[in-house]
Amino acid sequence: MTSTAQSSRSRTRHTGAAAVALTAAGALLAGCSSSGDPSDNPLDGQKAEAGTVVVGSNNFAESTLLADIYGEALRAAGLKVDYKHNIGSRETTYGLMKNGSLTVLPEYNGSLLAYLDPEAGQESAQAVNEAVKARLDKSLTLLESSPAENKDSVSVNAETAGKHGLTDESTLADLKDMAPELVIGGSPEFQTRQQGLEGLETVYGLTFKSFKALDAGGPLTQAALSGNEVQAADVFTTDPTIVKEKFVVLKDPENLFGFANVTPLVSKEGLPREGVEALNAVSAKLDTETLLDLDAQVQLEKKDPLDVAKAWLKSAGLD
Amino acid sequence: MNVLHFVDAFFSDSAHWHGYDGIPQRFWEHLQYSLLALAVAAAVGLPVGLLTGHTGRGGNALAFIANAARALPSFGLLVLAVLLIGFGLLPVMIPLVVLAVPPILVTTYEAVRSVDPAPVDAARGMGMHESRILFRVEVPVALPLILSGLRSAAIQIVSTATIAAYVSLGGLGRYIIDGLYQRDYEKVVGGATLVAVLALLTLAVFWAAGRLAVSPGVRRR
Amino acid sequence: MTGFFDIPSDLQHSWAGLIGLHLREALLPVAAGLLLALPIAQLCGRFRWLYPPVLGLTTVLYAVPSLAFFVVLIDYTGQTELTVMIPLALYSLVVLVPAIVDGVRSVPDETLAAATAMGFGSVRRYLQVQLPIAAPAVIAGLRVATASSISLVGVGALIGNQGALGNLLAAAQKYDRPELAVNAVVTMAVLAILCDVLLVALRVLLTPWMPRGGTRLKPAARRAEITPEGAVR
Repeated sequence: MTSTAQSSRSRTRHTGAAAVALTAAGALLAGCSSSGDPSDNPLDGQKAEAGTVVVGSNNFAESTLLADIYGEALRAAGLKVDYKHNIGSRETTYGLMKNGSLTVLPEYNGSLLAYLDPEAGQESAQAVNEAVKARLDKSLTLLESSPAENKDSVSVNAETAGKHGLTDESTLADLKDMAPELVIGGSPEFQTRQQGLEGLETVYGLTFKSFKALDAGGPLTQAALSGNEVQAADVFTTDPTIVKEKFVVLKDPENLFGFANVTPLVSKEGLPREGVEALNAVSAKLDTETLLDLDAQVQLEKKDPLDVAKAWLKSAGLD
Repeated sequence: MNVLHFVDAFFSDSAHWHGYDGIPQRFWEHLQYSLLALAVAAAVGLPVGLLTGHTGRGGNALAFIANAARALPSFGLLVLAVLLIGFGLLPVMIPLVVLAVPPILVTTYEAVRSVDPAPVDAARGMGMHESRILFRVEVPVALPLILSGLRSAAIQIVSTATIAAYVSLGGLGRYIIDGLYQRDYEKVVGGATLVAVLALLTLAVFWAAGRLAVSPGVRRR
Repeated sequence: MTGFFDIPSDLQHSWAGLIGLHLREALLPVAAGLLLALPIAQLCGRFRWLYPPVLGLTTVLYAVPSLAFFVVLIDYTGQTELTVMIPLALYSLVVLVPAIVDGVRSVPDETLAAATAMGFGSVRRYLQVQLPIAAPAVIAGLRVATASSISLVGVGALIGNQGALGNLLAAAQKYDRPELAVNAVVTMAVLAILCDVLLVALRVLLTPWMPRGGTRLKPAARRAEITPEGAVR
């Protein structure tokens, strides 16, 4: 379509143009109407090319970093890898995993469970993985979890902590009386998630003054919390700004935010055995301390996530 | 997928009608952002457009400024402004005003320029002061075109003010952005419908303003 | 890793690559919009009663924010460039149909009568007389559509790296690197201005009978240039 479009623009005076225009218009309309049919899956067309592993990531820095680590480890195992970065929230990426557009996605086991089944209990990491596998689409599975954990948390800024006497020992339950005076922030999806406003209300009985939609634990959240635009926010526990800005992470005795071990979510058919082994080897070496360090390199030192991923794989002997 | 089904589901959900995330609140916020941006843009564009149109000087400079402003991407300006200034209304007003000034400015200039010179010369011959010529002769005749520039700016603002939600402000864009991340089509489609409704209301207001403000003598031509 | 041209690896393109992608995502829809607008405008010219409803419909479509279009389309066309390009083609159409209709209508009746007297059929008359005379108005519409399209591609960043240079904006936020946002805004503005200059040059080429330096456009062209229902969003 490129060439016809361009040539007809400069040749509008010539007789062929009208015919080209009508044909193109017809083709475009036909394209629209056929893809408008809900019975055939329009996403089929972009299924990952056979033999290529497509690694996806959500729209926050750590997800990009983890996807780079997975992707480079898979490359080292001799597989052909494509990346699809910064896609959006789990609500979107899970759908893309299900329809085969993505082969591998860095996930957090308990968070994924809460998405699949808000009612499910989370007693141990192993039980969580079993529960997730039981509820996953049958084309998908979880590989081994890493010890590295990055949870959602409700954190308050230093100002709020000082005003209400909240310390590192305080729990979410302690917020009950002051919540109606506090504005809480988080990603737009936090508003409707069980591991979000829903759960905070049903589990801890917390009703906040209002909710401010920010980003997924990114710079917007950090800026809003440190600037007291919001008094509490969903902050990831591996966020390097917690220490820097003296945010207070509230304890979660009811385990609402459950387990959040970094775990590869993969398509059963799309990932060959050597890929499974490569990712399990990554999980075995990735712990929370390492993740904190790698996150800080990306978010504070502004290094490129791909460089950080490659350097770590090399130092861990996984390249 | 039936879009109408989602529209219906969105508007019949009573939870969407009250509270800080309710339709009345979001609609009101959207209206506030839009009116403020339009007021600022008009305060900049109208006087400059009237003056240059009346004197006939600076037309090329205006066209240049308008083209340059049109080249600036609204979404980019928004993100940049937030990164440099931080939160608040100001970073949202910058792209909206940049968006709205060119149509107001250029249309006003062209509107005054295209007034028939004969009555203007007659007024001048009668010894009318220049400011009276502008406001008593030129503006009444040019008003329909001036209003069309304001209308064009207003529609663009209403549609673009949705991006305020990307930087965590309110307005109807909230439903679209939230719907995107929550994968909730009801919200996306509902939000888009509300924006389109507000745009149509804007058209209606300008139509009514045209009926009321434009002199019947001019309208009939 | 904090330089102006240090593009984060997750965007998977160099700066030049992003520019190429951006131009493709912005200009193809304008071309498609033009191809669709020509027959629609022709119909509106032939059947005058058709024009007001078409104009009304296009105005409503234009009022729907691009992001809403993108999100709804994801389910049909996936997280792809096509999802970004379809709404942009629609917006171009909305700008171009009135521009072409007004332009074609501005052709004086005497001119048409002369063409008919010379034995031109209606198709030939349209292509060789009406369209060339309407060229300034059509190109004025193209200028608006192009500027708008280049700006709107950036919003595609919100649906997952589909915004070409706009992805730099999302990256600027994610990694807190304002210089990437400056890069994105400046590059997009320069692209828009360059395309604008090329279109003006094209108009001069296509209308050799008009005074070269003349900035005075025909009223129809001027209207198309200044009162589209939305230049950039």
